[in-house]
Amino acid sequence: MMEPLGWGGILARAAVQFLPVWIALAAVFAVSIRFRRRLGLYGKLFDSGIGMAGFAIVMFWVFTALFAGWIITHDPLAQLSGMRNVAPGTPLASAEGLYPVYLFGGDSLARDVFSRMVVGAQRVLAIAPAATLFAFMMGITLGVPAGYFSGRLDTGLTFLANLVLAFPVILLFYLLVTPEIRATGIPTALAAILFLFPILFLTILWNSRFFTNPRKRSIYIGVTLAVGLWAYSGLAFNADPLGVFAMDPNLLNVFVAVVFVNAPTVFRIVRGLTLDIKTRDYVAAAQTRGEGPWYIMLWEILPNARGPLIVDFCLRIGYTTILLGTLGFFGLGVSPESPDWGSTINDGRRLLTIAPHPAVVPALALMSLVLGLNLLADGLREESLKD
Amino acid sequence: MARFLARRLVTMVLTALCLTLGVFVLTNLQPNLVKLAKTEASARMTDAEVETWLARNGYARPALVRYGEWLGVLPGWTGADPDGRPRGRCIDRAPDPAAAPRFCGVLQGNWGFSTVFKSGVIDAIGRGLGATGWLMLWVMIVMVPSALVLGVLAGMREGSATDRSLSTVAIVTTATPEYVSGVVLIVALASSTAGLSPLLAEWGLISGRTLFLGTATSAMEKITFWNFTLPVTTIALYGMGYIARMTRASMTEVMREQYIRTARLKGVSFRQVVMRHALRNALIAPFTVIMLQFPWLLNGVVIVETLFNYKGFGWTLVQAAGNNDIELLLGCSVVAVVVVLVTQLISDVGYVYLNPRIRVS
Repeated sequence: MMEPLGWGGILARAAVQFLPVWIALAAVFAVSIRFRRRLGLYGKLFDSGIGMAGFAIVMFWVFTALFAGWIITHDPLAQLSGMRNVAPGTPLASAEGLYPVYLFGGDSLARDVFSRMVVGAQRVLAIAPAATLFAFMMGITLGVPAGYFSGRLDTGLTFLANLVLAFPVILLFYLLVTPEIRATGIPTALAAILFLFPILFLTILWNSRFFTNPRKRSIYIGVTLAVGLWAYSGLAFNADPLGVFAMDPNLLNVFVAVVFVNAPTVFRIVRGLTLDIKTRDYVAAAQTRGEGPWYIMLWEILPNARGPLIVDFCLRIGYTTILLGTLGFFGLGVSPESPDWGSTINDGRRLLTIAPHPAVVPALALMSLVLGLNLLADGLREESLKD
Repeated sequence: MARFLARRLVTMVLTALCLTLGVFVLTNLQPNLVKLAKTEASARMTDAEVETWLARNGYARPALVRYGEWLGVLPGWTGADPDGRPRGRCIDRAPDPAAAPRFCGVLQGNWGFSTVFKSGVIDAIGRGLGATGWLMLWVMIVMVPSALVLGVLAGMREGSATDRSLSTVAIVTTATPEYVSGVVLIVALASSTAGLSPLLAEWGLISGRTLFLGTATSAMEKITFWNFTLPVTTIALYGMGYIARMTRASMTEVMREQYIRTARLKGVSFRQVVMRHALRNALIAPFTVIMLQFPWLLNGVVIVETLFNYKGFGWTLVQAAGNNDIELLLGCSVVAVVVVLVTQLISDVGYVYLNPRIRVS
C-alpha cells in the first residue's frame, strides 16, 4: 500500500492523466498559430491574449470530453469500499488491477471525484453547444423575418418572446422539467416544434439561394430533408427506424427546456440586428435588383450580422452550461447517479464542512469552462471590432 | 407619457394573465392532480377512486373554467358530499356555508391554502417575501455601489492596466454562478476544516471556529455580519460583474465624447471631468441594467436560499414546486411575474426620465 499523495503528487498524476489533452491542445495551437493569417476571424483570435486563453480553456474541456475514456482513472459509478469522503490523493485499500489512488478524493458514495468530473464534462459539452445551436436556429428563423417584415408578425412574436422572458428561469424549469410533465407528452410536443426549426431554416436557406438552379437546389434540399427528418424522427419522437438517433426522455426534457429558455433572447438579438441592417444600402440594392425577401434576409442580412452572433453564441454556451448546472443543482431531469457537474455540486454541498472536495472540484470545473467561453467571446468581440 | 404608461400597463396585465394561465395549466396537468389526490387522500387509491376524488373536489372540470374561478372572474364550483353536506370552492373556505360568497379568487383576495405549510398562501408568501426583502436590500447595498465604482474606474481610462484587471475581475464574477461561488465561499471562509478559518482560529484572530457561518437560518431571527455576509456576497458577486461591464461600456463611450475632450482642453482636471461631466451621463444605461437584473436576482435568491437554508421567498418556491403544492406555486409565480413586469416598467420609465434625449410619443 502506498503513501497518501501530497498536492504536488496529485497535480503531477492528474497532468499525466490529461496527456492526450495536452497533445491535442499543442497540435491545435501549433497548426492554428502557423496558419493564423489564412484562417479569418478564427486566426485573428491568436492575436489577442484574452482570446487565446479563453480558447485554450474551452478546448481543454472539449478534448477532455472527447478523450474521457482514456483520462478517467476509475469507473465513475463504481463504489469502492473504504473510500467514502476520503481526501484527495488517498490510495486505494486494495488496488488490484485498478488505478492505485483517488486523485481528487472520494464522494459520499465512495466514487472517484476525478473521474466523475471528467465524465461530467462529457455530459455538459454534449448538451450545451447543441442546445445553444437549436436556440439560435429558432431565434434566427423567427427573428430575421420579424425584424425584416415588422408589422403584426413582429408584434406577435415579440409579445411571445417577452412572455417567456418574463418568467423567472427557475420557475420555468420547475414547471417544465418534472416526471409528471413527461407523462403528459408536452416535452415531446415542444421538441416536435423546436426541432423543426433547423430543418426549416436550412430548407429556406438553400431554396432562396439556389431556386434559379433547380438541380442543385433539389440535391441540397433533398439531402437536408432526408438527414433532417431522419434525425427528427429519432430525436423528437424516439422513432428512428434505424435506431441511430435516439434521446433519453430525461435528456430530451432538459434539452427542450434549455432551448425554450434561450430562444427568446436570441430572437430579440437577431431582430434588433435585422432592424439595424435592413436600412443599409446593400439591402436596398438587393431589393432594387429584385431579390426575394428570403434571399435578402438569409444571404444579405444574416451574413452581415454574424460578428455579434458568433460572440453571443460563445457567451450563450456558457450561460447554457450555467443553466444545466442549475437544473442539476435542483435535481431536475437528472438521474441520481448522473455525474453532471450541477448534481455533483448539489450532492457534495450537504457535507461541505467535512469533505469539501466532492463539491468544489465540479464547481471549479464548471466555473473554468464558463470563464473560458466568456474570455473567448471577449477576444472574438475585440478582434471582430478591429475590422 | 400618460398614453405610454397606459399602453405599457395594458401589455403588462395581458402578459400577467397569459403567464398565470400558463402556470395554472402546467401545475394542473392530470399527473399533478393524480399526485395531489394521492397525497391528500390515500397513496393506495385505485385509478377509479382518484377519478371520484378529483370529481368530488372540483378538479375534474376544464382547466380554463377553473382558472377563471382561481382568478375570481367565474363563480366558484359547488357540489355536495355523499352525505349531502354542501361543498364548493368558496363554501369550503367560508366559516358559514350559507353565507359563502359566489366568487372567491385572487381578485377577491383569496389565494388559497398551502398544503406544505398548512397555512394560507398569503401568509406563507408574505413570510418568505419579508425574509427575502432583507436579503435583497443588503444585496443591493453591497452590489450596486461596488459594481458602479468598478465600472467607472475601469471605463475611465480605456485600455489601461486598471481597465484590464478590473474587466477580468468582472468577467470572472459573471462566469461564476451562485451555486459555484456559494460553495467556494463556504469552503474558503466558513469551514472549520478547510480554507481560511482554521488558520485564523489558530492565530487567534477569530473567537469562534469559523470566520463566517455557512448557513443563514439564524438570520431569520437576527441578521448579523457573521451569518449574512456569505449569502449576500454570493448573490452580489454574480450580478456585480454584469452591471460593472455595462457601466464600463457606457463610461468608455461617454469618455470618447467631444464635450469631455473640450472640458479637458479647457484645463479641467481629470478628476473633475469624471465627476462633473462624465458620471451623470454614464450612469443612465446602468440604471436600466440594474432594474433588469431583478429577474436574475430572483434566480440567485432561489439558489442562495436553498444553499444557505434561508427560509425566504425562493426557499418557499422550491418547497412549493418540490411538493406539488399547486396553489402556493401559483401564488409564488404571480409574485415573481409581477416583480419582473414592474421592474421592467420602472426601468423603461426611469430611462426616459433620466435621459432627456429620449421622448416618448
